[in-house]
This record gives sequence, C-alpha cells and structure tokens, in this order.
Amino acid sequence: MSQVIDDDPRIIEFDVRTDEMLVNMGPQHPSTHGVLRLVLRTDGEVVSEVEPHIGYLHRCAEKIGENISARQFIPYTDRMDYLAGMNMNLGWSLAVEKLMRLQVTEKARHLRVLIAELGRIASHLVGMGAYGLDLGTFSPFLYAFREREKILNLFEEACGARLTYSYITVGGLTADLPPGWLGRCEAFLNEFEPIIREYHALLTTNAIFVKRTGGIGVLSPEMAINYGCSGPVLRGSGVDQDMRRDGEPIYTAMYDGYAFEVAVMKDGTYPRDRAYPAVPADAVLGDCWHRFFVRMLEVVQSMELIRQAIDRYSACTGSLGEPVKIAEKIPAGDVYLETECPKGQMGFYLIGNGTPKPWRVRARSSSFSNLSVLPELCHGCLIADVPAIVGSLDIVMGEIDR
Amino acid sequence: MRGPAFVELLEAAVPGGVVGTNLEAIDPWVEVVPAAVADVCRWLHDSSETGFDSLQCITAVDWFESDPKKAAKAGWDPHLELVYHLWSTRARVSLVLKTKLPRWKDDQPGQPPEVASVAGIWRSADWHEREVYDLSGVRFVGHPDLRRILCPEDWEGFPLRKDYEMPLEYHGIRGR
Repeated sequence: MSQVIDDDPRIIEFDVRTDEMLVNMGPQHPSTHGVLRLVLRTDGEVVSEVEPHIGYLHRCAEKIGENISARQFIPYTDRMDYLAGMNMNLGWSLAVEKLMRLQVTEKARHLRVLIAELGRIASHLVGMGAYGLDLGTFSPFLYAFREREKILNLFEEACGARLTYSYITVGGLTADLPPGWLGRCEAFLNEFEPIIREYHALLTTNAIFVKRTGGIGVLSPEMAINYGCSGPVLRGSGVDQDMRRDGEPIYTAMYDGYAFEVAVMKDGTYPRDRAYPAVPADAVLGDCWHRFFVRMLEVVQSMELIRQAIDRYSACTGSLGEPVKIAEKIPAGDVYLETECPKGQMGFYLIGNGTPKPWRVRARSSSFSNLSVLPELCHGCLIADVPAIVGSLDIVMGEIDR
Repeated sequence: MRGPAFVELLEAAVPGGVVGTNLEAIDPWVEVVPAAVADVCRWLHDSSETGFDSLQCITAVDWFESDPKKAAKAGWDPHLELVYHLWSTRARVSLVLKTKLPRWKDDQPGQPPEVASVAGIWRSADWHEREVYDLSGVRFVGHPDLRRILCPEDWEGFPLRKDYEMPLEYHGIRGR
C-alpha cells in the first residue's frame, strides 16, 4: 500500500481492488463428487485456473488384478464406479470373454442387457439428484433416490447385494432371476415412466436451473474428442458416438436386434424430445444443460431397452449357462475392450499368459478423461459455476483413482 | 483401413519406424521404435487417411520375471512395453500401437527410461502419461507437467513394476 492510500481512506472506497488468490476446494467438499480436491486461482469471483488433485481413493486395483485370477477381479470392478457396479462387471467380463473367445448363452445375453440398462438408470438418477445438490437444491436428490431405491431392491432380489453386485461375471451371471422378478420389474417401469415428467419440472425446465447451467462450461466437440471424453459428456457436445452401436463386435452383438436411438442432438433436435421440454434459449450445445439433458434422455432410452430385454429374456427357453471356474486359466494374448458405461467408455486392457492370473490389468476410466477437461471448462468462469461444471461431468472418484 | 495396406502406408510415412506387426492377434497391433513414437503419432493424428483423433489409453507393461527359473523359460528379455490405444471417431476404428523401452535408462535401476510425449497431439495423453510415469516409471520427454498423479508427490518407486517393494513405512504409517 502506498502512503497516499493509507492516508486517504476515500481512495480505497473508490478503488476496491481484488488480489489474485488461491482457493482450496475439497478434498471433502460436499458438492464435489467424492474426494476431489480443486485448487482455484481466482481474482475476485472470476476463476482463472483450476487444478484438480486426484488420487485420494487410489486402491491399486491394477496391481491387485495381477495377483488374483480374472474372475476374482470382478468384485474389484464393482468398487471402481460404485454407482454402476453392474456395468463395470459387464465391461470386465466381456474383456475376459474376448480373450477366452467365450460366448455366453442367448438367455444370459438378454439378462445382461436388462441388468446393465437398469444399472444405467440407477447411475443417471444419482447423477441427476447429485447435480441438484451441487446447484443448491435438495429436493431432486430425494426424488431420484426414491426411484433408485426401487432399482436397488430389484438388484438385491436378483443377486443379494445393493451396491457391489458381482452379478454379471465371466461366462454369464452368478444366478438366474428369482420367480416373479420380471413382473416386479415391469411394475417398476410402469410406475417410473410418468415420474420422469416430475424430474423435468424439477430441473430440466426450472428457470433457476437453466440459468445456472445454460451456456456454462461449453465444451466444443473437437476439444471433447481431443481430451478423450466419452459418454454423455461427449454426446452433450453433439458427437454421435455410443459404444453400444459403434463398439467392438463382442459388445455390439449383445445389443443385436434391439431398437434404440443414440441420445445426441441432430439438426438442432434430440431424437426423443417430442414429448419432452424444448431446449431452452439460454442453452448452447456442449454446455452443462446439454450434458444433463442427454442423461435424462438416456433414462428413457434404457427403459425402452429394458422392456425389449424382458420380452426377449422371457422368450428364451434354454439354460443361463455356467460361469467359468474361479481359477480358470486364461490364454496368452492381450485384449482391450471398451463398453458404454453410464459415465462414458470404460476400457479394460488385459494380458494373459496361460495361467489363471493376468500378467497385466489396466482399467481406462471414462471419468478420468472426462475430469481432465475441467481446467479448460473452468477458465474464466465464476467460482459458483465450478460446482455446476464438475457436477455436469458426473464423475465418480472411485473410478478415477481406482 | 486395417491390414497390410495400412502398415505399408505407415512405413512410407515414417521410414524405419515400424519394427513389427501382428495382424492375426485378437487386437491387431503395430510395433514402432521408441524414437519414432512422436512422428508416428503425429502422422496417425493428422493424416486424412487415418485420422485417429482420440487417444483412449496408454498402458505400460513391465516384462520382468524375478524368479530366474521362470525367467529362463519366459521367452522374452526383460523390458518395458508401452501400449497406445487409439480411436478414430470418424471412421470408428481402433488401433493398437506398441513400443519397447529398456526397463531402466542406461541400466541404472531407479532411472526411468525416456520416450517422447504425445501430450501435444492428444490432450488426453497429459493425464495418462502422468499416470504411467507415476505407477510404471517412464519419463515422457516434452510433457508439460510430468508429476505424480495418483500417488503422493513424495512417494518413492513405481508400484506397477514387477520388482516393486512396498516401503516399510511412509510418514509413520506401516507399509508392510
């Protein structure tokens, strides 16, 4: 401070200066998803730089994978994206099956579609509810968890667990569905369908929500691809890519004969936006609102896929098939497989050497790449927009740190 | 795109870069010399015939067997292998690129081997290379900010090396 300012307080009043400041957000901030620490370089309310610090949930999953058999690794995949354990199980199982050149029975295939899509709804519900929390509204969280609870009840009936399932496994599934399960699942879908309108009233068309998310954190398609983003983050930027349609044969064969449209904006409209609210004027393609809306559309898409899967599964007559032995040997060779998990493309890379234990296990996490784009998105935004942007990426730290 | 014709294109673009291929593997791969990684990746990204605009994953594999009996039968010399998984969003095809590095630079244990960074080509490589450096110990030359990413900054050693030993203690916490 110069002598002049110290002497004359009026000058200070007319010239309020802000200094550059480092603000620490996390690692236990309630509105960051899991244990994420952000260091913001701010000037007043404007953020000039964001540096994510990750690794608080690192549990050496890849190293553990080298010391146990391929099937024993299934429970560890549950703990990666713990909000979509079923989809994680599926990704690892398919990668191992690709190496073993194993094909599951038709019945197991349809049951996998059914379970994986239910898992996607459950994950998107958390994504939606937690996004409301990030923006300071508590109610959508309760609404979302009310429905998620019913899905977890269905999962509990099917496999006994509510969070870490290990249900889908190498060679099939650990058990068949209990009697009456399909009826209860259908009842849930019928109950759930009209409720989606409530979510749209609570968030999608809510004026405050649109103001907080529309035009915020705009991610261009080129940048999204360059950063390796995937899933709703990529589709929210208008890139038409979904591994269920564009992935490798072993994965797309699972969805053979299923009718679904990839939730991405084409020619200014979304494929299913006829019955749903129009895109608000404030929203720009690639912003937080679009990433959120793609998830909402995928909930509807998954419901349609589940209905188709129920029909196909009940039409199957054969048996479910047996999973491989716990200590089944896996052949020499290496495979990489990406599946479309709720958060994005989850890739598993696996090297076998003829023993039950893989030589190397690698998990390529979608949230890891989705989060790496955060410093670009937050450049020049307000501090209050940072949680809005982090929430719209819908990350899970368990999957990032592994 | 896949197959021998593509490998010929790559060989013409970067002479002497390709040292091996396996087109019969479940995931066909191309092996390049470490010195050519940057050139090959630049060509794969920029060339309109290939257009691999996305880098999905970088993996380091430690080929090392501590048991001398097993090592004699292993069929390979100890080395470190980098595996790049590329993806083209336009053509919707993938590509596996491999390169072999020595386990340690100048055979001095503890000194990570070096290879050119591709973070300037694909931004996704930024974090992936940091992770490979952190867990497997490969120094990416030209990386904008090569620090540990998952382990604490003062962690010692590279946990995904096959001969890694957990430290006895870390800041008063028992390791093993």
